[in-house]
Parts: sequence; C-alpha cells; structure tokens
Amino acid sequence: MAFALSAERERELEDILARYPNKMAACIPVLHLCQEQNQNWVSPDVIDFVARKLDLSAAHVKGVVTFYTLFNQKPVGKHQVWVCRTLSCALRGSDRILAHCEKKLGCHAGETSKDGKVTLRTAECLASCGTAPMMQVDKQYYENLTIEEVDRILDRLTRS
Amino acid sequence: MLQRTTYLSHSYNKPNGWSLSAYEAAGGYRGVRRALSMTREQVIDEVKKAKIRGRGGAGFDCGTKWSFMPKESRKPHYLVINADEGEPGTFKDRTIMELNPHALIEGCMIGCYGIGAHAAYIYVRDELHLSKERLWAAIKEARAKGYLGKTPFGGGYELDIYVHTGAGAYICGEETALLNSLEGKRGEPRLKPPFPAQYGAFGCPTTVNNVETIAIVPTVFDVGGDAFAKLSTLYPFNDGGARLFGVSGHVKRPGVYECAVGLTLRELIYDLGGGILGDRKLMAVIPGGSSCPVHLPDEIVNVPNDPRFEPYNGKSILDLPLGVDTFRNVGSMLGTCCAIVMSDAVDPVLAMHNLIRFYRHESCGQCTPCREGCGWIERIVNKVVAGTATREELDQVHDIASDIMGNTICAFGEGAAQPMLAFVKRFRKQLEDYVDTGGKSQTHRLEL
Ligand SMILES: Cc1cc2nc3c(=O)[nH]c(=O)nc-3n(C[C@H](O)[C@H](O)[C@H](O)COP(=O)(O)O)c2cc1C
Ligand code: SF4
Ligand code: FES
Repeated sequence: MAFALSAERERELEDILARYPNKMAACIPVLHLCQEQNQNWVSPDVIDFVARKLDLSAAHVKGVVTFYTLFNQKPVGKHQVWVCRTLSCALRGSDRILAHCEKKLGCHAGETSKDGKVTLRTAECLASCGTAPMMQVDKQYYENLTIEEVDRILDRLTRS
Repeated sequence: MLQRTTYLSHSYNKPNGWSLSAYEAAGGYRGVRRALSMTREQVIDEVKKAKIRGRGGAGFDCGTKWSFMPKESRKPHYLVINADEGEPGTFKDRTIMELNPHALIEGCMIGCYGIGAHAAYIYVRDELHLSKERLWAAIKEARAKGYLGKTPFGGGYELDIYVHTGAGAYICGEETALLNSLEGKRGEPRLKPPFPAQYGAFGCPTTVNNVETIAIVPTVFDVGGDAFAKLSTLYPFNDGGARLFGVSGHVKRPGVYECAVGLTLRELIYDLGGGILGDRKLMAVIPGGSSCPVHLPDEIVNVPNDPRFEPYNGKSILDLPLGVDTFRNVGSMLGTCCAIVMSDAVDPVLAMHNLIRFYRHESCGQCTPCREGCGWIERIVNKVVAGTATREELDQVHDIASDIMGNTICAFGEGAAQPMLAFVKRFRKQLEDYVDTGGKSQTHRLEL
C-alpha cells in the first residue's frame, strides 16, 4: 500500500515547508516525519512519497537517505539503543556497557533482538562525554551508566 | 588564571532556568534592545571589540566574520547556527541549548541584525532531542512576546528563527557540508571559494557561527565589548572574554565549566576537574576535541622571539593558558576547548585505534587522500593492535597522515591526520612495543 501521512503529520509537513525558501530544504525534516510514522524506517514507498511531495527526483531523496546514518533503510526493532563508543566514553567503560547489552539482548551491535523489541547499535560521540558512559534509547539519553542501570533500562524495553 | 564566570551558566542550576521569565529575571533581552538601537556597523564594531574567537573549533574572530557580509545586496542574508556538536570530547553547546536556550535566541537576533539577515536557522544534530525541544519552546515564547516576527520589540526589523535537524553525520559540522544538509542535500563539504559570506545557504550571503559564539553575544551588549574582552588574560592575543571549558575522561569531576579566557589545562584538570581518577598520574591530554594533537605533561613551551610568550616559556604545556593563538604557536590547536584526559593506566595505542576508527567511519569520501588515507591508517593500526604490523608500517602512518594534510576539500582531513601524527610522534615507543612483542601491551585497556 502506498505510504501516506496522518492528518496531524500532514499539518506538520505544511509547517515545515513554511520555514524554507524552497521545498528541497524540507527533505531531511520531512524524511524524519515519515520515518517516525513508518515504524522507524524509510521504505521505498516513503522515498516515493517524499519525492512527490517535495517535487524532487526519487534518486535525490535516495541519495540523501543513504548519506545519513539515522535513516534506516531496513526495518528495525520497536526500540533503538545506541551505545556511544568514542574515546571519552571508551575511557569510562563503554566497551563493558556494549558487551553487556550484546549478552543481555542476545544479538550483536547492528542487529535486532530475536523478539524484535530492540535494535542495538554503536554510536559515535553523542555530546555527552562529561557524563560517560552513556547510551541513547529512542529519543532519551541515559548518562553515567552502570551495568545495573543498563539492566533496568533493557528490562523495561523488553517488557514493553 | 582561574576565574569562574556565569554569563552563560547562571541558569544551569535553576529550576526552569531555560524559561523566558527566568532569563529576563536575570537581565535577558537587554542586550538585543541595545543592539537594535544601534546601526549595523556599530553592532559589528562592538562585537569586534569583544574579541570573541569562534567557539566552533577554528577560532576565527566573530566580529571580523560578520564584517565580511555584503553591505548591500538584493538577495536575502542568512544566519546559520552550527549546533551539530559532534567533535569527540565536546559537550558544551548542548548545555546552552538545554539549560539557557534564550541566550542563543537573543544572540541570533543580534547576529541577524548585525549581518543584515531576517532569518536564522539553528542546525541541531538530530540526536539532541531535548535541545531541539527547548529551542522551539524558547522561540515560541519569544514570538508570543513579540520579540520575534514582523516588529520585534516594537521596531521595524523583521526577525524569525527556525530549528533545522540533521540526521547523523559528523561531517555536517563542517560549515559548507552543513549548508548542503540545510538545503536538503547530502552533507558533503563544498569547495571554497566561494565562501559562505558570498554564496552560502540557498546561494545567498550567509554567516555560519557556533552555538556558543552566538550565545555569548548578548553579554557583549550588556557589559560592553571592551569590558568583556578584558576579562581575559589573553587580551594581548586578541582572545577575549569568557567561555565554556569542558573536561572528560579520567578526571574526578568531568563537566562543563565557564571561566574567563586564560585558564590553563592544569587548572582545568586538577582544580575544576578534581584531578585524575584513582589519584593516578596524567599520561596525556587532548586539549580541545579529538581533532587536536595529543600532548604529554612534560612538554615544554618554547616560543622564542615573541614577548607575549615570555611568561610561559620554559613551563609545561599544562601551564600555558588555553587560547586560540597560544596553542597554535606551540604546534597544537585549541579546537572546541573541551579536553580529553587519559591517566597512565591506559594504553595510548588503543586510544589511537579508537580515534582512527571514528575518522574512517566519518570521512564523507569525496577526496581520495582523506577517504583512502583514513582507511589505510585504520588497517595499519588494526594490525598494530593484532600484533602483525611492522616498524615500516609505523613510518607509513606518518607518511599517509602527512599526505592527507593540505590535500583535501575540507578541514576534516587535517582533523584526522593531526591526531595520528601526534600519536605516532609521542607514543612511538608504545607502538613499537606492540610491533616487537607481537601485540603485547602493558595494560591493553582504555578504562581504568
Ligand atoms: C569536520 C569538521 C567538523 C566540525 N564540526 C563542528 C561542530 O560540530 N560544531 C561547530 O560549531 N563547528 C564545527 N566545525 C567548524 C565549522 O566548520 C565552523 O568553523 C564553525 O561552525 C564556525 O563557527 P565559529 O566561527 O563561531 O566557531 C567543524 C569543522 C570541521 C572541519
Ligand atoms: S576531507 Fe574528507 S570529509 Fe572533507 S570533503 Fe574530503 S573526503 Fe570529505
Ligand atoms: S565520546 Fe561518548 S558522548 Fe562523547
């Protein structure tokens, strides 16, 4: 079925368009808007939809989607977990945090847990270096992590 | 010299410190009223007097940058705020957006007026959801009060501000990549010239400034440019005012601290940061984000023939005030002024490995020296860590990194090569130990 936005998100799209001197500039915000409605991934249907809405070629939109790491080109789990592993976090134990997540979720970074609940990923510096180690779960930052805290967070996600 | 200030951070510990009422209670939106009563040229002069060196990494003088914008043009002008904060080790802009967003909004108003723009875009990396939320809320509050819109503060200078989001790409912090990304394209850096002041966002004259650079501007119009500049002990280096200093890694109290310019690394690490975790010894420090060279505490400052360096010559680099030109003159870089601290318990080769993996991952791939060079260095460092590299390959790292320098479209190339050159130079022995012992290391860890 072709992709379409909810009425509320359609209004948001109009809001976004009003901010810029041309339609192309809305490309990234509109892709975010669509990805959110589409279980967090950009399907070929979404690309066609955005191209049509913004008078762009599908090739342009696809070029944008493939450039940025936060556009998922494949379906992902219900929740997304990113563990930062860049230097400041590594100095504070991010390797241990990541290893624990992998063990607990039973999947490697880059994969989704068997129950489809969580996609685990590594991230590069998320501007939280002073409160390392840290991870991002969906839109939320969790900082100054301990293994116990990670357990509590992941338990909540797998129960949800 | 350690001198704490609170121009940006006064709101950081207050409940609802991010609201318009809290901001105004602390004297907010006075500066913009003053600025709007001046001419555009007077505004730029005041900012020049303040000697604000760009807080985004390159350290260019803010007022001078504004003066590059055309005086007359038929095209619209734009102010674009770089809130991509992605430089590893850097976490200061986020505190402004989350805890004092109106400082940035007020700064954008003054900036727009100074450069002849009627619209500002704040380009925030997508991950910073709370920052985006707080900025939009602040914009809405300012619109409701009539501070933004057709007639800000009852005057005739139309102004509006929008938040734009990225989608996860470190390179979009580079200003021309950021402009492409704002325009809805792949975030690939542009060849310069033309510079953004001539041909920036949507082909129009544009100024790109860092969050902190703009957020401190209202203070300048509150206390006066000259007075602000003279807070700094680096006034003779044209490096004025106060700024946010960050410290992360192996210190007891990592965090963001606002101080007058002139603070030293020793003060940042030991006085503000509380010293090294576990009371261990300091092995090395990267002064301002991962693209800066790494330094050892026993490096001695020696800049002959410049009287301004007399007080510092012969001292440790830890006692050299953190400034754009002080650090440039000793072959280093101040960058974002957020230091990464490593204790003597860690393995520097693994730190190098961590960083080259980052740069290889983030290279946009347009330039061969950067794309191939980062990949090549990463493969060699992988071999070093696995114990299968040779000494010749260590020399190769130096050569590859040197060949990246100066041969690329954007400064990412230098940002990746500089730290590699510094690691090879300062930790040659540890690298050779890996080679000679087939991958054995004293600690083989990064965490304490
Ligand atoms: C690879 C690369 C990444 C950068 N990332 C950022 C960033 O995240 N934030 C920022 O303000 N400046 C960043 N910069 C610097 C900008 O290109 C630009 O110099 C800065 O935004 C100008 O603002 P300022 O003069 O106020 O410092 C980056 C530069 C390069 C080469
Ligand atoms: S130097 Fe690297 S990041 Fe910059 S344009 Fe070239 S390939 Fe891209
Ligand atoms: S290194 Fe992890 S948040 Fe910066």
